[in-house]
Amino acid sequence: MKNLQETFVELLRRAATDLPHDVEDALTRAQNEERRGTAAHSALSIILQNAVAAREASAPLCQDTGTHTWSVYLPDGAKTEPILKAIRAATVVATRKSYLRPNQMDSLSGKNSGDNLGVGHPGVHFVPWNRSGMHVDVLLKGGGCENCSMQYSLPEQRLGAGRDLAGVRACLLDAVHRSQGRGCAPGVLGVAIGGDRTTGYATAKEQFFRPIQDVNPDPRLGALENDVLSCANRLGIGPMGFGGRTTLLAVKIAGLHRLPASFFVTVGYMCWACRRASVALEGRNVRFSQNALAGRPRRPAV
Amino acid sequence: MTVREIQTPLDETTVRSLRVGDEVFLSGLMVTARDVAHKFMVEKKPTFLRPLLRGSAIYHCGPVMKKERSAWKAVSAGPTTSAREEPFTADVIQSYRVRAIVGKGGMGPRTLEACRRFGAVYLHAVGGAAVSLAQRVVHVRDVLKLDEFGMPEAFWVFEVEGFPTVVTMDASGASLHAEIAARSHMALERFLGRAIR
Repeated sequence: MKNLQETFVELLRRAATDLPHDVEDALTRAQNEERRGTAAHSALSIILQNAVAAREASAPLCQDTGTHTWSVYLPDGAKTEPILKAIRAATVVATRKSYLRPNQMDSLSGKNSGDNLGVGHPGVHFVPWNRSGMHVDVLLKGGGCENCSMQYSLPEQRLGAGRDLAGVRACLLDAVHRSQGRGCAPGVLGVAIGGDRTTGYATAKEQFFRPIQDVNPDPRLGALENDVLSCANRLGIGPMGFGGRTTLLAVKIAGLHRLPASFFVTVGYMCWACRRASVALEGRNVRFSQNALAGRPRRPAV
Repeated sequence: MTVREIQTPLDETTVRSLRVGDEVFLSGLMVTARDVAHKFMVEKKPTFLRPLLRGSAIYHCGPVMKKERSAWKAVSAGPTTSAREEPFTADVIQSYRVRAIVGKGGMGPRTLEACRRFGAVYLHAVGGAAVSLAQRVVHVRDVLKLDEFGMPEAFWVFEVEGFPTVVTMDASGASLHAEIAARSHMALERFLGRAIR
């Protein structure tokens, strides 16, 4: 299983140091929107230069290498224990190689574990499928933006938000407004409508695996994504909160069923450093990519 | 945007001449401090930090550091969210005579008042641009409390050259963050068609 461990070290290296191209392209488009000579324009220049510098130096593009979320697709009945072991060993090696910051602290003593292993970390989710190979996605999400994520329970009096799409829209714009000065803009909003408190957060986070420019197969959600994106970018918060035209790069929404009594709107905020990487393993073939399977929108069940 | 180059130790006159919107390149001494370090500075009031911090900059940063031979090198060192240090920073500015706080996202009214009263500024660095910013760290002079606090939370004493920032809170009491929060709040109310507290 040594090879598997090496593959996962490389996957972590890519995730931490190589900003996905769809995110980089969206940041370039954002820069073209801003006026030259403004703080917003120059912030985006530094962000884009940094993406290149990090790739060249093979160094973490943001020092907060975040919480790791792994999604492992594997043949039904395959053993999960060796994969889990390889992921944990790879995490230790990637930390030693400075691809990752030692980032896990004991909540009671404050002691840093030193190797990114911790109680509950890394988070690994196994998905059995009926193919022969394996596919692995990993997402790194920093703490600054994770602190911005929040959950609304509708109806919400402060916003006058009821249990409909207009109510959801109000929550999302409020969440963008409240994230200023905390999450590094321009970021991505990952949203779950419905579910319970747990599945809401998990599904909202899965949305960050989706490419910036994918199109939601549910036209109702697609329209809401576009509307919230366009309004958020007219709030004037701008890159790093300096004021400007790009506050969000994308909005990604999923719908879940819910109980009659509950209507949660869960909003995950991902900073511009939306770090993800994938690898497909089939026999001896190992293919790295930026094409995740996790978070792929399902067609609406009508 | 006015472009300014400043060098530590910073004096009060220089700091008071900086204005919100100025682009500032900082050179000299910058000491990292984040959540655990701020609690420590305010509760334990350690004397060994005084000579380092007087006239210097505090940097809200938990870097990725690497030891090459016997010297530390900054690999990745961008700013962390400053708002978390709001409960401590007014005290820190007053007791340690720090002249610049470098971070991201800006800070609240207590810090703004301390900047006005004691002559300090808030310099905003670009969040996440950690490799480009680490390249401005020319020398790592020292590290304090590394074993006790761990790599992200330790006090790293950086010598920097031309570290790029924007003044977003100045010593005259102006804050870009307060201004943008108010303006975007009005836009939000317009989109939702109602007043929101």
